[in-house]
Amino acid sequence: MQTDLLCSLIPLFPLIGFAINGLGFRKVPASLVGPISSAAALASFAVSLMLFSGFSGQPVKATLFDWISVGSLHINFSFQIDQLSLLMLLIVTGVGSLIHIYSIGYMKHDEGFGKFMAFLNLFLFFMLLLVTGSNYVIMFIGWEGVGLCSYLLIGFWNKNVNYNNAARKAFVMNRIGDLGFLLGIFLLITTFGSVEYTDIFEQATRFAVGDKMILAITLLLFVGAMGKSAQIPLYTWLPDAMAGPTPVSALIHAATMVTAGIYMIVRSNVLYTLSPVTLEVIGVIAIATAILAASIGLLQNDIKKVLAYSTVSQLGYMFLGLSVAAYSSGMFHVITHAFFKALLFLGAGSVIHAMSDEQDIRNMGGLRKHLPLTFITFLLGTIAIAGIPPFAGFFSKDEILAHVFLHNKALWGLGLVGSAMTSFYMFRLLFLTFFGEFRGTEAQRHHLHESPATMTLPLIVLAVLSVAGGLLNLPGGGWLSHFMEPLFAGSAQVSPEAFGHEIDHSTEYMLMGISTAVAIGSAIAAYVVYISRHAVPAPESAERSGIAKLVYNKYFVDELYEIAIVRPIRALGDALYNFGEFIIDGIVNGVAWIVRAASAQLRLLQSGSIGFYVFAMVFSIAVIVIVRFFVRF
Amino acid sequence: MLTLSLILLPVVAATLLLLIKSPAVKTLALGAALVELALAAYAFATFKADAQMQFEFDYPWIAGAGIRFSGGIDGISVLLVLLTGLLTPLITLSAFGREYDRPSTFYSLILYMQAALMGVFTARDAFLFYLFFEAALIPVYFLAAMWGGEKRIAVTFKFFIYTIFGSLFMLVALVYLYYQTGVPGKPGVHSSAIVDFYNLNLTPAAQGWVFWAFFIAFAIKMPVFPFHTWQPDTYVESPTPATMLLSGIMLKMGVYGLIRFLLPIVPAGLETWGLLATTLSVTGIVYGSIIAIRQRDMKRLIAYSSFAHVGLMAAGVFSQTANGLQGALIQMLAHGINVVGLFFVAEIIFGRTNSRFLDQLGGITRTTPKLTVYFMILLLGSVALPLTNGFVGEFLLLNGVFAYNNWLGAVAGLTIILGAVYMLRMFQKSMFGPTSARTETFDDLSGAESWVLLPLAVMVFWIGIYPNSFLKVTEPAVLNLLQYVVK
Repeated sequence: MQTDLLCSLIPLFPLIGFAINGLGFRKVPASLVGPISSAAALASFAVSLMLFSGFSGQPVKATLFDWISVGSLHINFSFQIDQLSLLMLLIVTGVGSLIHIYSIGYMKHDEGFGKFMAFLNLFLFFMLLLVTGSNYVIMFIGWEGVGLCSYLLIGFWNKNVNYNNAARKAFVMNRIGDLGFLLGIFLLITTFGSVEYTDIFEQATRFAVGDKMILAITLLLFVGAMGKSAQIPLYTWLPDAMAGPTPVSALIHAATMVTAGIYMIVRSNVLYTLSPVTLEVIGVIAIATAILAASIGLLQNDIKKVLAYSTVSQLGYMFLGLSVAAYSSGMFHVITHAFFKALLFLGAGSVIHAMSDEQDIRNMGGLRKHLPLTFITFLLGTIAIAGIPPFAGFFSKDEILAHVFLHNKALWGLGLVGSAMTSFYMFRLLFLTFFGEFRGTEAQRHHLHESPATMTLPLIVLAVLSVAGGLLNLPGGGWLSHFMEPLFAGSAQVSPEAFGHEIDHSTEYMLMGISTAVAIGSAIAAYVVYISRHAVPAPESAERSGIAKLVYNKYFVDELYEIAIVRPIRALGDALYNFGEFIIDGIVNGVAWIVRAASAQLRLLQSGSIGFYVFAMVFSIAVIVIVRFFVRF
Repeated sequence: MLTLSLILLPVVAATLLLLIKSPAVKTLALGAALVELALAAYAFATFKADAQMQFEFDYPWIAGAGIRFSGGIDGISVLLVLLTGLLTPLITLSAFGREYDRPSTFYSLILYMQAALMGVFTARDAFLFYLFFEAALIPVYFLAAMWGGEKRIAVTFKFFIYTIFGSLFMLVALVYLYYQTGVPGKPGVHSSAIVDFYNLNLTPAAQGWVFWAFFIAFAIKMPVFPFHTWQPDTYVESPTPATMLLSGIMLKMGVYGLIRFLLPIVPAGLETWGLLATTLSVTGIVYGSIIAIRQRDMKRLIAYSSFAHVGLMAAGVFSQTANGLQGALIQMLAHGINVVGLFFVAEIIFGRTNSRFLDQLGGITRTTPKLTVYFMILLLGSVALPLTNGFVGEFLLLNGVFAYNNWLGAVAGLTIILGAVYMLRMFQKSMFGPTSARTETFDDLSGAESWVLLPLAVMVFWIGIYPNSFLKVTEPAVLNLLQYVVK
């Protein structure tokens, strides 16, 4: 089949699924809703596999139509299939399909089930546009579209005001990033006269490293990435986004949408390689985000919040990789993270399902006996994210840290600290949830049950991938880095020295040894605290002081934003409305009066020419007089 | 002939309606508006995408003075003709839900208004333009003053005087320009054809003051900061159909005027004062948006959002770029659709709950899947989500402003963020959350209401997904106009 047809089919299937379940909400029988939406996702997955297997190594472009064109600027509605979009396609449709299937079990009793599945399909549609678009504006369509779906799904249970606020916060914070992205696109247009990737990257190779314009472009685009991929200072929406149903957290807020920022930078790697300053900035923000979020994760007690902060932190690691031009390592971590974080969220969903919507790990414990499949898969996911060999997370994180080591030892040290925290908070979560004595209510204990097959099957598949995902890119030139190499040809051309460092083997083994030791050490520490000593986190009401208070309250960042940004804007709004308008009205009235007096002078100057002027004047005045005469009701 | 029919048909229909005293008057008005829509759609469909005037009419008016009764449609006006044709039947239909006193007067005023608007957008003679520009004020003034809210008399009188006052500046400028035209060797022969003004060689001083005369006239109409203080009260106090006419179509007279007169006639004036004018426009975007965030009255909130949006259109025009102008033209169409839809949603909610205050609403979505979907679609258009109509306009406008001045472009871009804040807040507080006593029993859309919103929703996506159906039509005229700007 023709490639352009296949390209268009990929986003089309979910769009059709959305149309059927969306327009037919409450009309399509509940038993068909799930199969329709899952079939849509699976069909896209199948087409993606076809494209992948038939991929020749050369990028393929498919143009549907000329979308917006003004003067010399043409923005095509077109797709580009290359190594990067294929990888993203497989993740998005593959993990996406599994989560659709899982959602059937998780959401089928909800009164908005049809709407939920329709929104998931719509999300896939936009996400697929994002990763297959052949220019920045199509990427932007997807970018904003997934933001909309994220908004709709976070606030899915819209009777709850807090959930709605979380949804709105997510949308608005993302929009802050989107403004950066949009301005970046404008600068791209100014600089390159095009928004097409191929045009821009081809021209970019003629720029010098450190070019000011490229610096501005890459920084602005990165602002967009900060919003979507939850980096400091735009990360606070992601933990709140946990208000959405758990499959949403797994799909949108862990495996796919939040990695769009990484995708964007890998896509634009030539530009970023041209701008070392931007890479430095990304590195600083990435490591700060990784550590800050991980430290907050240490003390969270909501099973989903722990995973949310973990996601923020892991995204930091991905950006850390990008900041040292290790683009394929960043992508590698995107892939493995999609496996194990989706697994962990879905596992958490299974727990929440069994616990009658309880999310507080202080009220759990001992669940491994009741949820054996969930437990085993969650355990595998935990080992994978903690970075213990030979599971997937070990290889991808280690690859990032190895590249960072070559670039900057201090950054590497900090990365290791974050890695230690990751292992600790994950094992803490695992132990508190599945080990020890059950701490919930009698009613909850009575209701405990393993989830249905539609939910456990995706867990098993993802667990296998989390265990074996490392095979994609084993140390010493694995398949993935080889596959992705053509993407970085431009980068290698503009800055050979910043790109493609080889690590010698002894260093590599040493680094692996250190990170493994750190991960296992942290796991043991967690074991000692939560298994040997049976520690349970203090209840909500407990007094906390010093650093514990600061961390437990997430460093009061939300409060800071509230005081420094939200309230001043509200106050300004009130002030402008109550006083500003009044003052302007007064001034305008006064000025108008003066100008009218002056125009009377002007009229005298024009006294030689009467004619039509007088006629028109008289007409206007007559209109006023007539109207005033009639309007006395 | 087509253009003249577009002006005369509503006049004739409206005049006949005044004579009818039966309940069928609203249906007849709708029928007339639909025939007009068919004409406008025909004009749009058969319009040739070039820079020429089409469907022209031209008769002597004040023959001795070179003033002609002439009109036509070109690329600058074609979308506005379409907009006027499209929105009038929808506005008429939207009024069916409420019983207005003296319906024949009410509906005939809507049609008179339409005739005047068609006249404004098609006039080729400057004084004819002025005549329609002023005439458009009268029907809407009566609509607001006779069927408006409690404070209608004071509010509408202010509106009337304010805008009439602004137009006087334009009149002075037009008369001045008229006297600058002429044929060498033939003193006393002048022309008031708008195109003849384009080729005048004005002194820098004249360029300056003519610039401000036009600017003030059009800035009041749109309105641009700080000439906006008449607007929120007028929008709130007017009956919703009048508010729709004002915000959906009438304010476009201001943007249209900037493009038709200010840009090609006083390019040097724009060169000197453009930065200040753009700054004022951009200030209005942020100022209006920040105020909108704090409004509790849905109508007032939409009024401030409209004020913010129109500021961006003005800034786009002042950028003197093809992007900015194309953006302004398509955004006029998009904004008209979105704002009329949003005001209608506010009217529907008011009709059922007797309140427009967000703190008294909530949870409406529980019983209203249709209303929720339409409201959401209009909201997305309004916040410029890609693939909706608002995106195309805002993307081009912001791109134009950004090209003109990076910093102003970035500040104007705040509309992306602030628009999301106030729109989502409005949606959330009315549709989501717990129900209130007023929203407990809330009926979903009636058939007539759906028929107003459906065409609007279709347009939201049509313009968003395939904007070239409109951009291609206006492009030659825009490029042609820009030649005068860089002369």
